[in-house]
Amino acid sequence: MDSREKILRRIREALSVKAPARHLDHGQTGSMGVPPVNGAARSVGDGSLQTGGTPVLPDGCAVAHSPTDWLPPVPENNDGRVSLFEKNSADLKTEVRHCADAAAVASELALLARENGWKSVASHSFEMGNAAVQSLGLPVVRTDREYQTSDLEKCAAGISGCDCLVAQTGGIMVTAASAGGRALSVLPPHHIVIASRSQLVGDLADAFALLRKAHNGVPAFVSFITGPSRTGDIERILVLGAHGPKKLTVLVLEN
Amino acid sequence: MKITLFIPCFIDQYYPGAGIGMVRILEKLGHAVEYPESQTCCGQPAFNSGYWDEARSVAETMLDAFRDAEVVVGVSGSCGAMLKVFYPELFHGHPREAEAKALAAKTHEFSSFLVNVLGVGDLGVSYPAKATFHDGCHGLREMGIKREPRELLKHVRGLELVEMKEAETCCGFGGTFSVKFPEISTAMGEVKCASILETGAELVISNDSSCLMQIQGILDRQGKKIRSMHLAEVLANF
Amino acid sequence: MGTESIQFHRDADRLTHDLRHRGLIQKALGGYYVKRDEQKAKYTDWQEARTSAAAAKYEAVNHLDKYLLELTEKLEARGTKVFWAADGAEAAEYISSVARNAGVKRIIKSKTMTGEEIHLGPALEKAGLEVVESDLGEFIVQLREEPPYHIVFPSMHLTRGEIDETFQKKLGSPHADTPEELTMIARGVMRQKYCQADMGMSGANFAVAETGHISITENEGNARLSTTLPKVLVSIVGIEKVIPKLEDLAVLLPMLATAGAGQNMTCYNTLLGGPRQPGETDGPTEFHVVLLDNKRTSLLADAEQRDALHCIRCGACLNVCPIFKNIGGHSYGTTYQGPIGSVITPHLRGLQSWKHLSFSSSLCGACHEACPVRIDLHHHLLQNRRNAIAEKSVWWEKPIFAGFAWFMRRPALYRLAAPMLRLGAPVLHAIRGKFFDPARMWTGTRDLPPAPPQSFKEYWRKRNG
Repeated sequence: MDSREKILRRIREALSVKAPARHLDHGQTGSMGVPPVNGAARSVGDGSLQTGGTPVLPDGCAVAHSPTDWLPPVPENNDGRVSLFEKNSADLKTEVRHCADAAAVASELALLARENGWKSVASHSFEMGNAAVQSLGLPVVRTDREYQTSDLEKCAAGISGCDCLVAQTGGIMVTAASAGGRALSVLPPHHIVIASRSQLVGDLADAFALLRKAHNGVPAFVSFITGPSRTGDIERILVLGAHGPKKLTVLVLEN
Repeated sequence: MKITLFIPCFIDQYYPGAGIGMVRILEKLGHAVEYPESQTCCGQPAFNSGYWDEARSVAETMLDAFRDAEVVVGVSGSCGAMLKVFYPELFHGHPREAEAKALAAKTHEFSSFLVNVLGVGDLGVSYPAKATFHDGCHGLREMGIKREPRELLKHVRGLELVEMKEAETCCGFGGTFSVKFPEISTAMGEVKCASILETGAELVISNDSSCLMQIQGILDRQGKKIRSMHLAEVLANF
Repeated sequence: MGTESIQFHRDADRLTHDLRHRGLIQKALGGYYVKRDEQKAKYTDWQEARTSAAAAKYEAVNHLDKYLLELTEKLEARGTKVFWAADGAEAAEYISSVARNAGVKRIIKSKTMTGEEIHLGPALEKAGLEVVESDLGEFIVQLREEPPYHIVFPSMHLTRGEIDETFQKKLGSPHADTPEELTMIARGVMRQKYCQADMGMSGANFAVAETGHISITENEGNARLSTTLPKVLVSIVGIEKVIPKLEDLAVLLPMLATAGAGQNMTCYNTLLGGPRQPGETDGPTEFHVVLLDNKRTSLLADAEQRDALHCIRCGACLNVCPIFKNIGGHSYGTTYQGPIGSVITPHLRGLQSWKHLSFSSSLCGACHEACPVRIDLHHHLLQNRRNAIAEKSVWWEKPIFAGFAWFMRRPALYRLAAPMLRLGAPVLHAIRGKFFDPARMWTGTRDLPPAPPQSFKEYWRKRNG
């Protein structure tokens, strides 16, 4: 018998005994979880002993909740989401710059090139970025065609698109198709994302829904980038640019 | 209401003041108290050490002692949790499981009983001191008691309650753990005592005497002049 | 006592006296508590989120066969090779053969605790391969030839000075003063390694059955580089990492970040569902996923503790554990430290050899409270104790507890305890802490309270008599 069959057999044998109910309802039934004390509200520290489950309305009707309802709240409207994304970005040390139109994107990118002294950049073909990247007048390594890793490694910046921006986390969802492959967004020391305001989504669940819709199935490479690369491995002190980009800039096209 | 007292062996032998305080408070509130003298130990030392058969045989003595009780009120968070949370587990699949569950259902920790069942807040007592409160882990996490002792202490005249850093961190007692792993237990206690000392309090209060034995034992060894008292003793200062 | 237990007692006792270590860990975790609480406060309801996260893992773990088969099928559909390994030896052998067949010489590895668990690095080195850790903390402990100190923060026990010394000695780097400079030294070294490596290795935080992806969570970007640049990629995945749906990640990823490091979201969360696909210009051309059992099915078979397989390895239980904070990660002598390690190591490596970890706990329950997937950790420690004793009681303990039970079942006899205690108290006080003090395990470091003038029972008799 090969290991696959052996493991599956062990799993099935193991699962023939049911897990105690408290593994799911967390103490509403089990004894080593606690039954409510006198029906009184429990208020421990962070309330960890309170059992979860579906909230009940005063009339006793249970409300169906999605698991993501318990996460940090996200505004419904686009403006609110943009400002939440900005706030999270500021905490993450992601730089967000707003651009009124395509021309502003080009000039902002040119400004970034001057500020940071770029000698060469890497990019891929995407509608919002093509003109701006071209107008930089710098050598460009294109990663959406055959390229050498060593060439990409020498670039000062990687300029890419993305699938969406996630307000709740301050994250950027990229796929190989939207961000010029798997390496462009992580190898150069400065990653610039060009996105439009309409690409803001609420949370990860929204991003996944978008992913399923926009691609033919979920692609083989998806990454959520939430701030520039960082480490706290030395004395728990934050250092940016551990292995990936030291800087992350998002240019948000307003219209 | 007729209240049956649960006085764990630890309180009985070392900290009777906590039990006496509880009697005085409940009687002051106009309740009749009874004390089945056949109670000894809840069996927790054996239970926590993995000797569940031995623990169960002791626990049966307690099932007998409290069989006819209407409500059982205990003065220790840890031993209270033993009855309330662990007895049903200990007797799981045992002929006396139903009795264990019944005892669990009618058992209360003292401060929780005062606040949540009797609806008491102000006992009209005074105790002038600067104090800090240590949450015993079993009371806190097994029984969800955090607000209740503070609610009661809030009304004590002259008592200034200062919260310590990481009040919810264990003092390191842990029953048999404290003598099986004395070095680790003591280190944990030292951390706790440092948090207590930092508050500048002259008094440590807890609803668990076993924690206080650990805390006072370390403070005494360090030569520090801080006193410890069970919550019931403070509240019985009338 | 077994050798593991002796080692534990020795190392733990030493570390508890090391005040420098105590201060270092308290400082490192102090910052974590602040950030974690800030993040938790942002949740609409952290407790409900925990319940939801636990429900996703419960569903997966309790239908593990179904989801593993679905995962395998979906991964294979995109050209990934899936290998099921019953134990570490099988996994290492398979990975060595993958390396051999692809002519691999150098491996760049991103952090994988599952790899640590089966000592994969040393096994591959023995097969003649160069294996370099790319996670900064792992790289540091690898240079120092130490195991990781903490499942999430491998080098949290070291100061910048010690790391500087290590870098100077092992890398020949110049003296550096700040974490920033030290990080940049490692970055420089690692850049070369990524480009030279012909095989990348990673673990996985989750594996999505529905879509056939592994999910890797990291802050540094090292996992992204390790899984992108080399031509061959091998990911080692514990079978309990599978989750049913992609949407489960919408809750699990933020919670992992919050519980693990007090972050809103970890910097990179990457889903890998296959090697380079048609139309892609980069990424590995070969992708192997090794699904590892290594006794996880034994834990699964213990229905009572099955929820320990819900663990997402966030390290939150270590961070709040007062035992961990005082004895440090290395004292455990295990791959997984802290409460979760104390619970699962007896299942993975033998109950009698590792039961001491379950006894070394005050059962305070801070671990359970911190766990983002609500694993009943401290109660599992109690169950391990019960199981260990039921299997094999300790020769000198058995009569003590039998005597204890005999005594406590006799209230009339028990009543004599108080006067005896009063009688013995002065003697005990005189010999406290000495070799022949029966209470010296207590009195060695702590005072005992004086025996009170009367017990409660005596008070009650007097009052009613």
